[in-house]
Amino acid sequence: MSTETGHIDRQGKKMGMWFFLFTEILFFGGMFLLYSIFRSKYAQDFHRGAAGENLLLGTINTVILLTSSYTIALSVSAIRKGKKLLSSRLQAVTIVMGLAFLTIKYFEWDAKIALGLYPDSPILLKLGKGEILFFGLYYVMTGLHGLHVLAGCVVIAFMLSFTLVGTINREKYARLENTGLYWHFVDIVWIYLYPLFYLVT
Amino acid sequence: MDGQYSEDHIVTTRTYTVAWLALLLLLAATIAVARLDLLARFSVLGSLVIASMKAGLVLAFFMHLKYEGRFLKALLAGTLFALTVLIGLTFVDVWYR
Repeated sequence: MSTETGHIDRQGKKMGMWFFLFTEILFFGGMFLLYSIFRSKYAQDFHRGAAGENLLLGTINTVILLTSSYTIALSVSAIRKGKKLLSSRLQAVTIVMGLAFLTIKYFEWDAKIALGLYPDSPILLKLGKGEILFFGLYYVMTGLHGLHVLAGCVVIAFMLSFTLVGTINREKYARLENTGLYWHFVDIVWIYLYPLFYLVT
Repeated sequence: MDGQYSEDHIVTTRTYTVAWLALLLLLAATIAVARLDLLARFSVLGSLVIASMKAGLVLAFFMHLKYEGRFLKALLAGTLFALTVLIGLTFVDVWYR
């Protein structure tokens, strides 16, 4: 909030968000640690597991998330130039892309579950130890990432409403900027998940 | 703090567009490397290097890190260092158990 002199501590507001992101880095970092340890122990099983992933859908989702980072970044620039309508539209487009990402993810999970590949399924339990671990990590990591995308969509929807009513404007845009930082972080997590689950076979 | 903060810096649309195109190019590159098996047994390392280049672009431009002061950059470096130590020491433990 602004003080009596009307000064806004933009740096402090951003710093708070970055501290939260540091905890998020370590949160996902723990899962990346598990992935890399088990991958080094069960290289062949992970190889076979990753070969069953749908590369096309994974790639489309990567393009979607990279582009949505671009649009949310542009929306912050737009509001800082006082372009309220443009900023609102870019935020709306970002939400649509986030939802498109989740929809594609749904179809991917659905296809896997139809094959009987879900945690604790009889088919999965007959496979090797490494493959059980691979699919376990797949569901946990893409699932938690998906939850972050969903949370991001909800938060951006709030930012969109604040922008439309004008409480986010060219002077006060810290909330939108921090939302953008969160969205970019979620994008970065996917940037690492994509090669680990879809490419490295 | 070092007073390098550029609060009023608005990254241009052009810069964002170039960063976005570079990200798509790197995506194409990482698929090519993996599918054509260009790096053979270094493919895991290659994929992670390309992913880190993509993450670097997102951090530098979309997340404005390029325009931030040294303090914030040092904090991020510290976090990444902690994660590297965590992963590194765990691997040492697993390998030499």
